[in-house]
Amino acid sequence: MLHLRVAEPMRECEYSQISTRSSTPMETPYKKRTPKRRKWQAFPGRNKFYCNGRIMMARQTGVFYLTLVLILITSGLFFAFDCPFLSMQITPAIPVIGGVLFVFVLGTLFRTSFSDPGVLPRATPDEAADLERQIDVANGSSSGYRSPPRTREVVINGQTVKLKYCFTCKIFRPPRASHCSLCDNCVERFDHHCPWVGNCVGKRNYRFFYMFILSLSFLTIFIFAFVITHVILRSHRYGFLNTLKDSPASVLEVVVCFFSVWSIVGLSGFHTYLISSNQTTNEDIKGSWSSKRGKGNYNPYSYGNIFTNCCAALCGPLPPSLIDRRGFVQSDTPQPLPPTNGITMYGSTQSQSHMCDQAQCIQSTKLVLQAAATPLLQSEPVILTDEAFLPGRTSLGGPCSGALPLGGHPTPPTSTPKLSCDNDMLPFRNEQSNGLRHHHTDGGHHHFLTPEEAPSPPGMLPCGSPLGHSHTIQGFYNPASQDSLHEDSVRGLVKLSSV
Amino acid sequence: MAETHSLQDMRQQAAIAAKVFIQRDYTNGTVCQFQTKFPSELETRIDKQQFEETVRTLNNLYAEAEKLGGSSYLEGCLACLTAYTIFLCMETHYEKVLKKIAKFIQEQNDKIYAPRGLLLTDPIERGLRVVEVTIFEDRSLGR
Repeated sequence: MLHLRVAEPMRECEYSQISTRSSTPMETPYKKRTPKRRKWQAFPGRNKFYCNGRIMMARQTGVFYLTLVLILITSGLFFAFDCPFLSMQITPAIPVIGGVLFVFVLGTLFRTSFSDPGVLPRATPDEAADLERQIDVANGSSSGYRSPPRTREVVINGQTVKLKYCFTCKIFRPPRASHCSLCDNCVERFDHHCPWVGNCVGKRNYRFFYMFILSLSFLTIFIFAFVITHVILRSHRYGFLNTLKDSPASVLEVVVCFFSVWSIVGLSGFHTYLISSNQTTNEDIKGSWSSKRGKGNYNPYSYGNIFTNCCAALCGPLPPSLIDRRGFVQSDTPQPLPPTNGITMYGSTQSQSHMCDQAQCIQSTKLVLQAAATPLLQSEPVILTDEAFLPGRTSLGGPCSGALPLGGHPTPPTSTPKLSCDNDMLPFRNEQSNGLRHHHTDGGHHHFLTPEEAPSPPGMLPCGSPLGHSHTIQGFYNPASQDSLHEDSVRGLVKLSSV
Repeated sequence: MAETHSLQDMRQQAAIAAKVFIQRDYTNGTVCQFQTKFPSELETRIDKQQFEETVRTLNNLYAEAEKLGGSSYLEGCLACLTAYTIFLCMETHYEKVLKKIAKFIQEQNDKIYAPRGLLLTDPIERGLRVVEVTIFEDRSLGR
C-alpha cells in the first residue's frame, strides 16, 4: 500500500501539470468534439475515395477518364451519325442492340473501377506483434533489422505454395494475394493493376473486369462492322466521297475501332484462357503453374474442368469488402498501422461504443501497474532497455520526474511525428505502454505508438478529476497485503510486457 | 476455478492480459478456414474440445458462405442479368451467412467464453485473417 501512496501524489502532480500546460480545446470532453470519421478517411493505402466512401479508385485516374471519353465519343458518334441510316435501311434493332451493349459496357466499367478489388486490411498492431514474435522464434534471433525474407510454406491440394510476408501490411499474404505497389495494398487473388479502369483487378471485381472487356470487344466489333456497312451502303448510293462528306465521324470511328479491336479482343481471349484454367495474370506471367517449372507442377486452385472454373470465376458468390469503408472509426478498436505516406489518422477519432470503457480500463490498469511496480523495477533490465529506446524523452521538471521514469512525457516526443500535437495528454500514456512494447519489438517501430494508445478513451485524464481516477484504480486494485500487491504488480508487468 | 464474469462485467472492468491469434488454414486453397490447432495460451482457460468445436463450426459456416452450387450460380446469373442492381434490395448469400456467423460468435461469447474470461472477435473485423481471442486478466489470481 505504501508504494501506491507514494505513486499517487506523483500521478496527481503529473496530471495537474499536464492540465495546466495544455489549454487547447482538446481538453474539453471528446464527445463534443469533431464528428465521427469514417474508415475510408483513415485508410492507409494510396486510394482515392468519392461519394463518402462509396466509390474507391486508384490514385492515378487519368487513363480511366481517357477510356471513358473514348467509349463515350465513339458510341455517341455511332448513334448520332450511323444509326439513323442503318435503322432505316436495315433494321431498327441495330441501335437497340448497340444501346444495350453500350449500357452494359459502361455498367461493368463503373463497377470494375469503383469497387473494392479485394483489398486486405492491414494487420492491427497486436497481430503484427504476434507475428513478429513467431517469426523471431522461428528464425532463432530477435534482430533489430529486417531478417531474410520471411516465408511460410503451405501445402495446398498437394502443391507446395510459399506464403510471403508483406512488410507494408505486416501480414503473411494469403495464397494468390499480392501487394500492389501503385495502390500500396495487398489485394486478394491479385490479377493486375489496370490503368485503363483506374483500379486493381482482384477477387471482387475480376468478373466485372472480364465482362467489361468482353462486352467492349463485342461493342467494338459491332460498331466497326456496322460503320463499315454504313459506309459501303452509302457509297453504293451516293459515292464514296459524298459519304465521307455526309458522315465524317465514321472515319474516326473506324480508326478507333480498328486499333481497339486488336488489343481488346486479344485481351478478352487471354482472360478467357485464364478463367478457364483458373489462373491470375500474375501467375501466368510468372509461370507459377506451368509444367516447364518442373514435372508435377500443376495449378492447385483449378477445379479440373473448364466449365467449373468459368462458373466459379464468374458466377460464384461475391465476397464482401473486408475494409468496411463507410464504417465509423472507433478509437479503441485496434486500427491498422499508419499509412506510409505519413498521414495522421488518430488526431480526431471518436468512440461511442461500450468497448470504450474497456480501453479506458486497459489504460488505467496499465498505469496503475506501472506506477505501483516502478520502485520494484528500477533495477529491472526491461525498464533500462525501454529508456534506451525512447529517444527525445523529456523529463518532467519538478518532483515528479524521479519516481516514474516511464511516465514523464508531457510533450509528444520527437520520435513520433505522426501523433498530432493536440493529444497532449496521450503521450504520457503512450510512452509508458509503448515503452514496454519496444522491449519486445525491433527498435524504431514507431508504428506501435499511434494505433492503440493514441486515441484517448474519453474522460481518461479529465483535468478535473485525477483523484477520482486514482480512487477507481485503488478500488480495482485492492489486495489484502503489501506482499500480494508486489506480486500482482510484478505479475501484471510480466503480462503487460508479453502483450 | 477462475471466477465467472458476465460479458458486460468483463468489458467494463477487466484488463487484457494477452491476445491469441488463430491464423488461417490454407491447406484447402483460398477458402476461408481457420486452424483448429489448440493454442497453448488457452490451456488453462478452456477445454480443448470446446474450442476446437467452436472453430470447426466457424469453418463450416464460412464454407457454406463460399459454397459453389446451384443456388450461388443462380444468384450470380440473376445478379448479372439485373446489372447487379438487385443487390440494392437484396443481400448476397455471403452477407447472410456473415450475419449468421456474427450471431454465432456473440452466442459463443455469451455462453462459453465470457464466463471464462475470454472474448472472441469476429474475424470479419480483422479482414478474415485471424480469429482474435482476447484473454482477460484473471482477477482471482490476486485475491
